[in-house]
Amino acid sequence: MDILTYPDQRLKQLSESVESIDKEILSFIHELEQTRVSGPGAVGIAAPQVNFFKRVVIVDVSNMRKPVDNHGHMIMINPEITDWEGMDMGREGCLSIPDFTGNVIRAEKIKLNYLDETGNTHEIEASGFEARAIQHELDHLDGLLFLDRLVSRRSDLFKRKNYKK
Amino acid sequence: MKCSVLTLVGADQAGIVAAVTDALYKQDCSLAQASMMRLGANFAIMLRVAHDEEKDLHNILSEICKNMNLHLHIDEDVNTDVLKPDPDVQVTVYGADRNGIVAQVTSALAEAGLNIIDLETDIGGTKDKPIYVMTLEGQATKGIESLQNALDDLNSDIEVNLDEINTLRG
Repeated sequence: MDILTYPDQRLKQLSESVESIDKEILSFIHELEQTRVSGPGAVGIAAPQVNFFKRVVIVDVSNMRKPVDNHGHMIMINPEITDWEGMDMGREGCLSIPDFTGNVIRAEKIKLNYLDETGNTHEIEASGFEARAIQHELDHLDGLLFLDRLVSRRSDLFKRKNYKK
Repeated sequence: MKCSVLTLVGADQAGIVAAVTDALYKQDCSLAQASMMRLGANFAIMLRVAHDEEKDLHNILSEICKNMNLHLHIDEDVNTDVLKPDPDVQVTVYGADRNGIVAQVTSALAEAGLNIIDLETDIGGTKDKPIYVMTLEGQATKGIESLQNALDDLNSDIEVNLDEINTLRG
């Protein structure tokens, strides 16, 4: 499927909840995943990025060059973040915003629940890079891009982690 | 269309950016990247500008430069088709100010394979006890471990932190 790229205003649109996990949704999810893996190293993708305005995202940070905490490959239907903790700055890019990256502040830890493609409810806690990826994708469902949360590249003078001498 | 790189320097004063960019805009010049900085009370800006061949940028900006006492330097843009390099490491350095911090750290890192993409340094603290702070970003062409080893070997009076920049793509 083709990826919508900003300034396409459809990316700023709100996505609706999935009412029932039917054949149509399942076949869409399959295609969404194909689109994610055919892109350049995307750890996530959200339905509105391919012009489908339902609350579905895929996140998978299990194949990073430098491994990070993760819950494996997740198909998330109607995901909802229920708790946020901490803040961290990180560099983000987006399939829908080619050739641009920027610093974004995200919660370091989140709790969330979602349905998987079989309709089972999951409640998980994610942290670090995985939490960042989830927040990035969920933003798409609310018509938000990382551009809406950009902070100056030069403001991250000192990272708060890794005080290794 | 061609692309030129403008460098403007002078004593800082209010309104330089607006005056320069407005003059360029009114002559149908298009700004691509721009970066402004203030070093001490000195103003500096670099602009990549796309414009018609026949536009004379010196002429367009001559009056502003005269009125605001700015030096203008124009170069032809270098190879516009190259993709933006993505930094994969960030280094922060700080310590009591002394000569040679930048040279020492960047030489060690260059030898260990760092290609610097962005660098900024500043002096803070008090007049009698100044501290030096440097942040840089770059690409570790020989791997991050090589850079960490080089920094570990510095054995110095300065604090150095190396962090991976793990760019998320989603």
